[in-house]
Amino acid sequence: MNEIVQGFIEAIELILSLDPDVIEITVRSLYVSLSATFFASLVALPLGAYIYFNEFRGKRAVINLLQTLYALPTVIVGLAVFLMLSRSGPFGFLGMLFTPQGMIVAQTILIIPLITGLTVSALSGIDREMRYTIISLGSSQLQSIITILREARFAILAAVLLGFGRAIAEVGTVMLIGGNIRGFTRVLTTAIALNTSMGNFSFSIALGIILLGVALVVNVVLNLVQER
Amino acid sequence: MIEAQNITKIYGEMEVLHGVDLSVGEGDIMGIIGPSGSGKSTFLRILDLIEPPDSGDLSLFDVNVVKERDRVVEVRRRMGMLFQKPIVFNTSVYENVALGLKYRHVGKNEIDRSVKELLEEVGLARYLHSNARNLSGGEQQRVSLARVLVTDPEILFLDEPTANLDPKSSKTIERLVTRMNRDRGMTVVMNTHDMLQGQRVAQRIGVMIGGDILQVGSPREIFYAPESTKIANFVGVDNIHDGKVLRREHQITAVEVAGTILYVGESPPEQSDRVKVIFRGEDVTLGIGKTAQTSARNILNGTIAEISDIAPFVHIKVDCGFPVSALVTVRSAEEMDLSEGKPAWVSIKASALHLIAESEESEG
Repeated sequence: MNEIVQGFIEAIELILSLDPDVIEITVRSLYVSLSATFFASLVALPLGAYIYFNEFRGKRAVINLLQTLYALPTVIVGLAVFLMLSRSGPFGFLGMLFTPQGMIVAQTILIIPLITGLTVSALSGIDREMRYTIISLGSSQLQSIITILREARFAILAAVLLGFGRAIAEVGTVMLIGGNIRGFTRVLTTAIALNTSMGNFSFSIALGIILLGVALVVNVVLNLVQER
Repeated sequence: MIEAQNITKIYGEMEVLHGVDLSVGEGDIMGIIGPSGSGKSTFLRILDLIEPPDSGDLSLFDVNVVKERDRVVEVRRRMGMLFQKPIVFNTSVYENVALGLKYRHVGKNEIDRSVKELLEEVGLARYLHSNARNLSGGEQQRVSLARVLVTDPEILFLDEPTANLDPKSSKTIERLVTRMNRDRGMTVVMNTHDMLQGQRVAQRIGVMIGGDILQVGSPREIFYAPESTKIANFVGVDNIHDGKVLRREHQITAVEVAGTILYVGESPPEQSDRVKVIFRGEDVTLGIGKTAQTSARNILNGTIAEISDIAPFVHIKVDCGFPVSALVTVRSAEEMDLSEGKPAWVSIKASALHLIAESEESEG
């Protein structure tokens, strides 16, 4: 019990003293996950909009598949990306394995289905009468799409935030692809895993508090967005 | 202006419209009445080019929009539609009303002027910068109307626009629509299940039942001379009786109903001497005691069989060998001290009676 209390006290000291290791790991975590969220959104938002606005065979199946992939195990994505980026893999020439860029690729792939699926759900929240109203007001097809996207903007933003939440909290892909290299690919989750296994609890607790803090900020923003 | 011929619409296995024909001239106010689920809203969406018909022909402003699909947006921009449910976008009232003008690439100053003018008209100028979602249902519907009218449509479609609205908002909407029709010659097609509104606003009325328009005519024709008992039932005709045409003399047709002869001020249908005699409860005069001197051709004696309140009227059923329903005001009912079993007389003018051929009824 004492150890835990002691760990908390030391953790607070580490945070308040702006310990360089803690800061560096936090900044890298944010960099990797924010980048992954940005790139995933570039793909997922248009893809989600495309799925919503177009009728095609197997549309329902595609949406079901996306929803299944919400729970995609991170280590499976990690393994698949590892095989792709490894020296003998098809993208081995890029030299991205064990780099932050590789981690960004892995997290991007991990959260694309989540943001895509939630974008489809966000757009489906626009009811039929509103679509009729937009058409009736004399919109062209492009103007209709823009108006619907704008109307669903808060729900879409919520999808993006949830994608970021999943990215920053996961440990499987960043461990496999980044390799948890100190000063290079170590992020909050991998650092917590390592320091806990080494018995370095105060450092783990400090990083844990920061990770929870990030989650809290995401949650607060999400709530604000959903109230709109 | 609007020529719809043989319009059908099928959703999945269900045919919602079975070959609907309708013609609306420039500057007309056409009301479409019919029970819920009769296909009125679907038909209006097809006329407003929100969805295409499955078959049939549709011409708007002399453009055959079924054949010339590439002109749909151009034609749609000359029309507007107000829906039953108030729809507002999650933005300011100003932005809501400006939307249609932005779609048409109207200049900023022109948008500003038009939006403010229309919001003044619908009495919402003070909410210019409020989020439209925060307004009441009636106010949101007025925002929706302003958003449609600001685009100055040549044809305005209204789909049950005042259902579930407060009286003030309903009145504002009716007043604006009739004024736009009068001042700008705007053609209006309005769905309503409120028959009083239909009579108040429309110059012509179409009755849609079961995916077909069964009759089009003036409000008087629809409410007093319906072409089938199906329509008569829908427009609230209280008295529908089987009859047999006996003879025709001096513009008057004598019809036997349950052993009593009724005189009807119109020619009998040609197809058959078996007819339905129909008349409205409000055309029946009810009295107690000595029969009053009246010019009415039909004066019948009977006893009061049933009294029921349908505020602000009282519905009285008098047994005259066949049941005759009369509508009287609550005050008259109280003054006559009506009670079940009491003797009473009824009088009905020959001109208030209407005949429907039995064969038409079975077709309807």
